[in-house]
Amino acid sequence: MQPSLRLNRRAFLQVALTAAAAAGAGVACSRNGSPWRFFTLDEARTLASMVDQIIPPDQDTGAVWAGVVNYIDRQLCGPYQPLQEIYRYGLAAVDQTGQATYGKAFADLESHQQYELLHGLEDGKAPGAAWKRVSSAEFFRYVVDHTMQGFYGDPRHGGNREGVSWKMLNLPYPPIRGRVRSDLPKPRSG
Amino acid sequence: MSLKHVNAVIVGSGAGGGVVAKELAEAGFSVVLLERGKWFTPFDERKDDLRNQRTCVLGNAFGPDERNPRVYVDSSGHEHIVSPTHGAYSNNAACVGGGTLSYGAMAWRFMERDFRLRSTYGTVEGSTLDDWPITYADLEPYYEKAEWEIGVSGDDSNNIFRAPRKRPLPMPPLPPTREHQILRPAAQRLGLHPFDIPMLRNSVPYNGRGACMRCRWCVGFACEVDAKCGTHNTVIPRAIQTGNCELRCECIVREILTSERGHATGVAYYDSNGRLQEQTADLVVASCAAIESARLLLNSKSRLFPNGLGNRYDWVGRNLQGHAYTGAIGLFDHETYDDLGPGASIAICDFNHGNSGFVSGGMLANEFIRLPYQFASRTAAGIPRWGAAHKDFVRRYYRSSISVMGPMQEMPVFDSRVQVDPKVKDHWGIPVARLSGHRHQNDLLGTNFMSAKAEAWLKEAGAATVIHSGPISLDGPSGGQHQAGTCRMGNDPKTSVVDKFCRVHDVDNLYVIDGSVHPNNGGFNPVLTIMAIAYYASANLMKTRKGMGAT
Repeated sequence: MQPSLRLNRRAFLQVALTAAAAAGAGVACSRNGSPWRFFTLDEARTLASMVDQIIPPDQDTGAVWAGVVNYIDRQLCGPYQPLQEIYRYGLAAVDQTGQATYGKAFADLESHQQYELLHGLEDGKAPGAAWKRVSSAEFFRYVVDHTMQGFYGDPRHGGNREGVSWKMLNLPYPPIRGRVRSDLPKPRSG
Repeated sequence: MSLKHVNAVIVGSGAGGGVVAKELAEAGFSVVLLERGKWFTPFDERKDDLRNQRTCVLGNAFGPDERNPRVYVDSSGHEHIVSPTHGAYSNNAACVGGGTLSYGAMAWRFMERDFRLRSTYGTVEGSTLDDWPITYADLEPYYEKAEWEIGVSGDDSNNIFRAPRKRPLPMPPLPPTREHQILRPAAQRLGLHPFDIPMLRNSVPYNGRGACMRCRWCVGFACEVDAKCGTHNTVIPRAIQTGNCELRCECIVREILTSERGHATGVAYYDSNGRLQEQTADLVVASCAAIESARLLLNSKSRLFPNGLGNRYDWVGRNLQGHAYTGAIGLFDHETYDDLGPGASIAICDFNHGNSGFVSGGMLANEFIRLPYQFASRTAAGIPRWGAAHKDFVRRYYRSSISVMGPMQEMPVFDSRVQVDPKVKDHWGIPVARLSGHRHQNDLLGTNFMSAKAEAWLKEAGAATVIHSGPISLDGPSGGQHQAGTCRMGNDPKTSVVDKFCRVHDVDNLYVIDGSVHPNNGGFNPVLTIMAIAYYASANLMKTRKGMGAT
């Protein structure tokens, strides 16, 4: 598999700030001194590394560039509010698992280590101590699904920046309102 | 404040209620049509991939909202309070038109044998399978009426299994998609009988509305150009146009009221301002879809009806069913995608009946056009879940795959049911629906068989790899948008809820007219049958009420 781009803290901060600014200031559901609505900087950094493993950049951009972290951050202050605790706990547990296994926070691991660690989470084989309150498999399922939503879903929700995934699939964007009827074959006579 | 007495109050403006409103209003009855949701227009269409009726991960577009929870009891007996966006909720849209605003709009007539399953296959252990008290011939004129008044395009002349029809469909099919052109010759080579699916969708201008513009936001969305034909843009406006029908939106009906002598006298409901209102009427019609109609009858308790209306023999809410969907996805070496909605266009009915080893079956058709998130979130054995392999899979096959799926006719199960929950209440303080039960073993046999047939079709069409949708789970009751069966139609009051004219057995002026009355639900999307039954029941209702409303 293609190694994913690892972000250092500074580069990530820039991405984070740009995304937050793009999303409009003043929408905050937490006051933690972070540019995000819900996440702390460390949480967002961990999540960014996770989502770029789930949809890694290759010839097409990956989940982080597409704004998936922004998407999840926004939904956690919207319809996914009931999942706030799971994310807070789960992201901390991912870092603890990284520390326990390799002695580093998740975002600082080599790409292949991140990949293996996530497989461990998916199979529920992550070290037990960190995952007492939520199962690693359940948390990972949420992150995978929300990453797919943020990458492949409608840009209006804060992800799929510039419709990148739709361009990747060669789907016209923005949505066409009305088609040129002459492009279409005529109905068969019935 | 008491409201003006009317001839008929209809609860629910979906496929059933909308048709009844128009039939009665045109005959001169004064009608009040109550709808719990809002009236959306094509301008309200948002084309939101993550928030619509099909994909509601961020909420649904056309209701109901969070104020309407339900209780779902899982196979190990645990109770869950579920919101409308949860799969186990079995949601059907809450808006004017009901499901017909945002449906895929397949317009199937059931087959003759679908009305006579027990005579055809005998009794089935563990199922309450029975014949209908009416036959296909009874409904045929009303199927035709639905097709012409509401509007159906398509061409089923090549379907040798179809029940006889007197009149062709009013509109030709849409031009074939690339998937259609790949699948049709393959089916013919296999000796099958492919044809253009009948759809409640304008392929040419019809009924004062334009034709489909073939966008990819179809099933789950309202139509931006109003080419999809539902009750919201056909019969309901016509009902209102007569001057005899008043549509009231955002009205939550609490119960059906009855007199000391056991007649229905009207309904009590909360209006859009949350005020309790009483609408009296000569007739009451429940058309709220299988789960909510059953809930309404069960919530209407009185001294004469301590277990709810029509429930003397404990049949209300029983036999909840929907469809077990099954099939396969074929991966091709070449592009199959042409970005033309609605997507679904070709079907076969070769496997609806006469299969060996199990009862009945279902039609198979190519699936509706898929949006990227739907495709990317699809899971099956053989499809990577995440990582570079998943991204490659989506990139490679989004435009090079065909999905063939179909609804298996489910065997009704007595224990799959709707009850009212003893504890949980909705925002208005009304006890919510409580869903419990399981599917029948026959559903599993049938879906496995249909998956294999879908696989064979896709292989013949040139798919390099075919992935099954996998065996269905028999846990939990079925339901969903195709929900049916909970107020069964029958001649014997001890084993059914309504008579063959949809009148509740022991209340002579109360009717249930929606999918609830289906004893079984066909191997098809049920909406055209619901509309046909609504026309049929209205015609009989008016025969027995001659003189009413002719003012």
